[in-house]
Amino acid sequence: MRMSSREVSSSEIKTTQPALTPQAFLLAKTKWRWPEVAFWLVAFSLIWLMPNRHLLLNEIAILGLFALSIDLILGFAGIISLGHAAFFGLGAYAAGLMAKHGIGEPVVGLLVAGGIAGIAGFFSSFLILRGSDLTRLMITLGVALIFHEIANRMAWLTGGADGLLGIIIPPILGQFEFDFRGATAYTYSLVVLFLLFLLARRIIHSPFGLSLKALKDNRLRAGTIGIASARRIVAIYTLAAAYAGIAGGLLTQTTAFVSLEVLDFARSADALLVLVIGGSGYLYGGPIGAIFFKIMKDGLSALTPAYWLFWMGFALVVLVLVGRDRITGFADRLFAPVVALFGRKAR
Amino acid sequence: MLTILFDGIAYGMLLFVLACGLAITLGLMNFVNLAHGAFAMAGGYATVVMVNWLGIPFIFSLPLAFFVTAALGLVLERTLYRHLYGRTHLDQVLFSIGLVFMAIASMDYLMGSSQQFYKLPEALKGQFDVFGVGIGRYRLLIVVICGLLALGLQIVLAKSLFGARLRAAVDDPRVARGLGIPVNSVFAITFAVGSGLAGLGGALATEITGLDPTFPLKFMLYFLIVVTVGGTSSLTGPLLAALLLGITDVTGKYLAPQFGAFFIYAVMILILTLRPQGLFSREK
Repeated sequence: MRMSSREVSSSEIKTTQPALTPQAFLLAKTKWRWPEVAFWLVAFSLIWLMPNRHLLLNEIAILGLFALSIDLILGFAGIISLGHAAFFGLGAYAAGLMAKHGIGEPVVGLLVAGGIAGIAGFFSSFLILRGSDLTRLMITLGVALIFHEIANRMAWLTGGADGLLGIIIPPILGQFEFDFRGATAYTYSLVVLFLLFLLARRIIHSPFGLSLKALKDNRLRAGTIGIASARRIVAIYTLAAAYAGIAGGLLTQTTAFVSLEVLDFARSADALLVLVIGGSGYLYGGPIGAIFFKIMKDGLSALTPAYWLFWMGFALVVLVLVGRDRITGFADRLFAPVVALFGRKAR
Repeated sequence: MLTILFDGIAYGMLLFVLACGLAITLGLMNFVNLAHGAFAMAGGYATVVMVNWLGIPFIFSLPLAFFVTAALGLVLERTLYRHLYGRTHLDQVLFSIGLVFMAIASMDYLMGSSQQFYKLPEALKGQFDVFGVGIGRYRLLIVVICGLLALGLQIVLAKSLFGARLRAAVDDPRVARGLGIPVNSVFAITFAVGSGLAGLGGALATEITGLDPTFPLKFMLYFLIVVTVGGTSSLTGPLLAALLLGITDVTGKYLAPQFGAFFIYAVMILILTLRPQGLFSREK
């Protein structure tokens, strides 16, 4: 009897012990863990380790950034979007048009691409404040279709279905020239991805990021403790749109070409699949999912080039049927120490 | 001008046939099934195979297309869909997009990526004049079929025992089960009928919209517009929305082709922003 009561009291102490002050709690979450450091070290070392694969790596970095931007709204604010390609495409065309008409400096181009996409995101975010998942899904899809239609109709500006030709990208900051093998391209994309990732990480771990999570879990309850949900959704949606625009700008600058493909529905769906593979809500889902996605796509396209779409659909169906939670749960158990070190809260 | 209006009405009716199955699965059963168009495509291809390869007369191939797709829907419901009824909308969206992609690639593999046609019987070709308004025979057929369907569905859903059971099963599956309603089979039958209607719509649509493997993606938004703009409280809403959409689309294409589908998307966004529950639905 005494033993058990002592056990109870000791376990009570155990549960109350990690109760930190809010500041300490937030600080503990923002601490860098070694797998995170390792992830970025490996990513940067690939610049020298895999010089033959730079073009693929560049695509992975860009897709990772795009998926990260969706993760910001899906994983942290719970907004389902089927039309995020709208902002990707807007950024891509903005960067392409600037380069075509003389202002080719890549960094300036990226900032403008992100800015324009952000402005578009800001205005369209007001459309998704009300309604259910379904209405939001349709509005995002509708916005993307409108953008696609505009780009298609304004062929005098965008080149229409033929794509925007004649883009010449000068060296980055006047120093680093783009090469054919993609070394500069990959380095450039990776640096941009890393910087934007740092920013996202900072934002997510801020009180603002925490309030977003509260919103995602229960909007009504979040409202009653004084979180202005509308303003926060506008803010994160704008930010995510800017990220997507920058990703689009990167694609244009590193490939010196834009076509209507950047606005395709398939691009939004691709990025969603990336997030399903990588898991959402812990920021690394985008980059990690992009790696698996691109490797899978590369391998399967080599096997059956025309029917890659089938395998992509198959992957989606299986992943959902098996259960995204179960997969991440399995991964959680399997890589529990690693995942915990990545900073993901165990469920 | 009146001919355009009639074409618009026929197109809207066609959209209703295509989407009314979705109005039931999405509206009543609350399942976001983006793969609805894939069933329509299956119906279209089934008709093409039956008419062109097997030589079955067009009129008989229509009900056959319904049954083929309904069977397909039943199999998929029993094996795949039923696991996802209770899941989040995100899961349902991802799952059904996956199905769409698989359907597109499979059809591409089986039938090729080119447009498919079938030979209409002579009796359905051409048009005749009613007080100076040119009316296409085929379009008239669509209007008649769709009118009958809308009436029949409304009666079944609102008046029949099955309709009452379905509504009960949707409102509260547990209590419905407790009352002895076979909820699983009710859902399965409903889903099969919904898919079958999509297949019938696809069979009818081939002549008007064309049929190729990208059909499910091209018309996905149209179906969703019909259901969400129409609201889900009855079938009248989707019917009116389908007519509105059809007339707007056809008129737009005749009068201002340079805008494409731009106008429709814009109107949809406006309506959904102002009335997220749909035009013709009561606030929930």
